[in-house]
Amino acid sequence: MERLTFDLATTPLRELNTFLHNDAKDGKPRHVTVLNPDGAHNIAVGLDCPVQVEVVGHAGYYAGGMNKSATVTITGSAGTGVAENMMSGKVHVKGFASNGAGASAHGGLLVIDGDAGLRCGISLKGGDIVVGGSVGSFSAFMAQAGRMVICGDAGDALGDSLYEAVLYVKGKVKSLGADAQYEEMSDADIAAVASLLDQAGLDHDPKAFRRIASKRSLYHWNADANQEY
Amino acid sequence: MCGIVGLLVKTPALREQLGELMVPMLIGMTERGPDSAGLAVFGNPLAESQRKISVYSGLTEDGADFNWLGLAHSLKEHLGVPVDVSIKGNHAILSFDVAPTIVKRWIAEHHPKLHILSTGRSIDLYKDIGTPAEVAARYGFSGLTGSHLVGHTRMATESAVTPDRAHPFTAGEDFCLVHNGSLSNPNGIRRMLEPRGIRFETDNDTEAACRFLEWRLREGDDLETALQKGFEELDGFFTFLMGTPDKLALIRDPFACKPAVVAETDDYVAIASEFRSLAHLPGIKHATVFEPAPEEMYVWNA
Repeated sequence: MERLTFDLATTPLRELNTFLHNDAKDGKPRHVTVLNPDGAHNIAVGLDCPVQVEVVGHAGYYAGGMNKSATVTITGSAGTGVAENMMSGKVHVKGFASNGAGASAHGGLLVIDGDAGLRCGISLKGGDIVVGGSVGSFSAFMAQAGRMVICGDAGDALGDSLYEAVLYVKGKVKSLGADAQYEEMSDADIAAVASLLDQAGLDHDPKAFRRIASKRSLYHWNADANQEY
Repeated sequence: MCGIVGLLVKTPALREQLGELMVPMLIGMTERGPDSAGLAVFGNPLAESQRKISVYSGLTEDGADFNWLGLAHSLKEHLGVPVDVSIKGNHAILSFDVAPTIVKRWIAEHHPKLHILSTGRSIDLYKDIGTPAEVAARYGFSGLTGSHLVGHTRMATESAVTPDRAHPFTAGEDFCLVHNGSLSNPNGIRRMLEPRGIRFETDNDTEAACRFLEWRLREGDDLETALQKGFEELDGFFTFLMGTPDKLALIRDPFACKPAVVAETDDYVAIASEFRSLAHLPGIKHATVFEPAPEEMYVWNA
């Protein structure tokens, strides 16, 4: 495998992203190390080939955003909107992630070893998210498809206005959002959690998780509900 | 959008480098706040009976050519007390051994276009329009010394781009606040405070938060109690960073709409809106880096 290094202390970020968007698409297996990210925004965004990118340090906003096929690893923390709108591939944050992690991801796997901020997985559209730590309030708000595994705790209004995404939480949930409810864990759920934990490299008992899914009572307008749900 | 930065040095030797360490932090937040910048620095307090004020002359006709020495001389003549003056262009720090209200009243009468930026025993304050790099160079921020400071880069949304609406805001003595965000009830806060004799200098929403919290402190609340009342009364989006002579304090609104990152080592605590303003700090690769939680209080002692 070809190994390359881009040091953002001396190389403009645009050079890295241009390489990943063009040269990296020739089909050769590649591992790209990014040094001194120093919180820069938009590192390794919009990739659409199976390149491996390792960001050594802390990334700024939207790292690995819109990812397709690539594997992006961030050894430090990630700013707002990491792996936002991911289509496929994998984004792995070894530290913590800020707000809106994995927002509207259509596919792929986002793994956050540490905590995630608020609105993690908001409007999730089919991607999978595994959080080793806790998630902030309003996570999985209006999540339409996909799965979230939360090994720690969740803040307020988890899964508010949830559609067909399914959430699995091991720790405490401060509060569920409107229309979210706890459901029985089936064998298929336990197998799904086990598989996602395995892909994330996290060691937890899949049977210790609770399933949260939509009550579906908000799917149709109810004039008698008097705005109380 | 706006950028906030804060730095508190734990190792006394680093007090000499406070400004030097901070300037790249401030410049790192230029994209978040290119229209104005400012900072408040806290150093060794003056003697119990002494006070200093930071004064801005940019709104006078003479601007940076304002005759500060003449002002100090007139003050001495009229009030009968010596006034020390330290000049940096359109800013000056006046120190004296008399109640600051007397000095400020005299200045308001004789030089109504001078703008008083801060009052206290520990605080010096600089703010102006311009990019963070321009403002930092204008006032020699890299040479500032002290135990801690609070800085801001502004991208105005709630009031005009003028020096007096730049941050930090101050109220009372030795208290300052910078804000990233926008408040939804600043006029309500203002209507509540004005009948209590609290006077506002601008139409800026951040000033309402600053005066509200300083009012609570003056009413006897400790900082934590005042901040708790802030959570109850101040509505909107905010990351607030506040400075007192011996503390730096940080709070974020319950929705964490505005960012903040903290890096702590044995030598310092550094706060910024984004990590890119912290990346240059010594030992940052081994610092404890975390994102402060919404609706929590973070208070560090100088």
